[in-house]
Amino acid sequence: MIPEIGLAALWLAAALAVLQMVSGAFALKAAEGAVNPLAIYARPAAVVQAFLAVLAFLMLLWSFAITDLSIKLVASNSHSMKPLLYKLTGTWGNHEGSMLLWVGVLALSGGLLAGFEKRLPERTMGATLAVQGFVALGFYAFLLLSSNPFERLPVPAAEGTGLNPLLQDIGLAIHPPTLYAGYVGLSVAFSLAMGALLTNQVNPSFARVLRPWVLGAWVLLTFGITAGSYWAYYELGWGGWWFWDPVENASLMPWLAATALMHSVSVLAARDALRTWTIMLGVLAFSMSMLGTFLVRSGVLTSVHAFAVDPERGAFILGLLGLYIGGAFTIFALRAGAVAEGKRFAIASREGALVFNNVMLSAILAIVLLGTLYPLLTEVFDVRVSVGPPYFNPAGAIFAIPMLLVMAVGPLLRWKSDKPARLQFELALIAALVIGVIALVSFFGQFPLLPLLGLGLAAALAVAAFLPLRGRNLARVPVATWGMVLAHFGIAVSLFGMACEGAFSQERLAAVAPGGTEQIGDFAVTLESVTPVAGPNWTAIEARLAVSRDGGEPVILNPQARNFWSPPQSTSESALLTRWDGQLYAVIGNQAEDGRWQIRVWWKPFVTFIWYGGLLIALGGILAIAGRVKVDVKRRAAVTKGAERRADVEALDVASPVPAE
Amino acid sequence: MRSRLFLWVPLALFAFFAGVAGYMLTQEKDEFVESTMIGQPLPDFALDPAFGGLPGAAKGDLVGGKPRLLNIWASWCTPCIAEAPQLEALQARGVEIVGIAIRDRPEDVANFLGRYGNPYARIGSDRISEVQLAIGSSGVPETFVIDAKGVIRYQHIGDIRPEHVAVLLEELEKAR
Repeated sequence: MIPEIGLAALWLAAALAVLQMVSGAFALKAAEGAVNPLAIYARPAAVVQAFLAVLAFLMLLWSFAITDLSIKLVASNSHSMKPLLYKLTGTWGNHEGSMLLWVGVLALSGGLLAGFEKRLPERTMGATLAVQGFVALGFYAFLLLSSNPFERLPVPAAEGTGLNPLLQDIGLAIHPPTLYAGYVGLSVAFSLAMGALLTNQVNPSFARVLRPWVLGAWVLLTFGITAGSYWAYYELGWGGWWFWDPVENASLMPWLAATALMHSVSVLAARDALRTWTIMLGVLAFSMSMLGTFLVRSGVLTSVHAFAVDPERGAFILGLLGLYIGGAFTIFALRAGAVAEGKRFAIASREGALVFNNVMLSAILAIVLLGTLYPLLTEVFDVRVSVGPPYFNPAGAIFAIPMLLVMAVGPLLRWKSDKPARLQFELALIAALVIGVIALVSFFGQFPLLPLLGLGLAAALAVAAFLPLRGRNLARVPVATWGMVLAHFGIAVSLFGMACEGAFSQERLAAVAPGGTEQIGDFAVTLESVTPVAGPNWTAIEARLAVSRDGGEPVILNPQARNFWSPPQSTSESALLTRWDGQLYAVIGNQAEDGRWQIRVWWKPFVTFIWYGGLLIALGGILAIAGRVKVDVKRRAAVTKGAERRADVEALDVASPVPAE
Repeated sequence: MRSRLFLWVPLALFAFFAGVAGYMLTQEKDEFVESTMIGQPLPDFALDPAFGGLPGAAKGDLVGGKPRLLNIWASWCTPCIAEAPQLEALQARGVEIVGIAIRDRPEDVANFLGRYGNPYARIGSDRISEVQLAIGSSGVPETFVIDAKGVIRYQHIGDIRPEHVAVLLEELEKAR
């Protein structure tokens, strides 16, 4: 019964998406200010649809929880002996389940928008809900026609086949759904942008409606990317934290677009400028999300992240992409010319700095997009290439460095127009920090250029992040401003971690006999023993490393080289020793013929700051949302209070006898 | 209404991407990595004998006279067992086959040849895959057609199945 309820809920939700789309479209036929009688169904349809889609997801979750082996998806991805936590996370650890999660989040965001957003004009809201319904409909069709998660087996399986412990990892359980929620949250930005474009309502009040959605999606993406990077770092055993892999890029591209969008929305909300550009970014951000889903799911690109790929499903998603992105860009081309030009501003102004940041972010996005798609492009001509860090790092840095410099100054500038001379002290301080730190570090040794620049920039940014607070009463600084300060400081922290990792990492690859000691940095690493160990479906050799810093108390690390037999796969389980000023990362390799073992050890100073910075950035985003919501609630309360007072006054007026002439 | 051409740029870029992606989806996914060394002369190498029974292999052994096959294999490789009869068939047709054993031990090589037959004229031992990597081979087994001038003319990836024997003979003829 349970899966049938889920499937029925899914079909009903799809039907409601049609109603939402049609009814929303009728709102466009209403005259200015009037409400079309057929348009009133869009909001309730969106809300009920959200309930149904979430219900469908809960039904699947339940089926996984009780391991209902009559369902094909459960039988092929779960196992009765799995711990409950991994049974539950297994719900979205596969194609069908993750697409259901995607659709569930999509419907939920549409429902929240329809239920709580009352500020937009009805016509714009109708158009927005119509677009949201249209997008949802495509993904319902994808799910129901080609990836039905509730498909039953003719004969229930005796046991599930999904006991792969590789997938039983808490990092893998958490970061994909977070990213998904972020991707799909951007769908609301997409729908709102299309709605505003279709009804020609691109103005500051639209921007204020858009902002929390962009911020929310951006926070989730930031958190997901940070967690994903750490997962790849400790799980893949290669010692790197970012591999410019297509799947990683697929999450970075929407983040870059959302970051640009978040800033341009602020300009639109505060100054009524950058109208067309904001719409463009709104369309682009969700397009990048869908593109990422396509690249990951269709298998047109080869990636280190293994996914079940299927060309037929790829063709379906490509069709949806053509419909939505192609349609949106067509409407953009036709209608954007009608959007009145926004307010003008001087180059040296807050807007100017934000425009510069936007252009640089877009350039980085273009570089990542080109690098990701380039192998696809050359493969058409039968040339196999792989694009890696030698392209991405310098090409990205060319735009990231000026962007970060302007980021240090931008928040200090005034809106509309400003004089750089007013900021002499701040500019001098930032320049001095960049040059001073670079000079100081170069004095101690030869380091590569990019990490060196990164160190100088990180120091300057860390200080500059707090400059907007200078001379202000801290108790009266808005919460959203604290959010910005924290997020910008997080960038500095993260950059510091990246630069330290790049400049000061020490690596030691040595063949060590048991009992032998290798020195790396301040650490003495002794290979005490190597023993075979076995798990439920793997065998491994495990090294026992005694690590002591400056002759201190030794700590035991146990890196493993694991071999799985179902499916056959070998993995390196790294062992990490975390200290406040960095991490020791140890991996064990093969045994040489003379009986010695290959041990690979890295000392990565301050590498953890990369992820601390990511968390700070996400926290800044949360503060920004909280601040905006607080202001909004206050404003609404004030409006209600004012209305009550007016009503009271009117009541008094009526009650009090009209004085006689 | 301001109608501007540049507003169409995003759509044009997307249409281009969709076209390429659509085309790629219709293509068979080919996971083999072809060597970029085809058409290039063999790199210089000189390998010690893989076991006592046959001489080692050097670049000079593959140059001069007639085209030859260069077979990359190993005793620990299961598909190499599968292709052994086809190599014997090729040898019976008068083809000279030079082997390179990858990361192998002399006793294992001798054991393998004793059990599955020895079609080789000489076998070099490539203990660290250096020659394998230099000629652009990514796995075992792989077989290369080398012409009389020592130029790599053709690459066969994977084990040689019975239907491939004719293909290789034809490629050897073309390289003549």
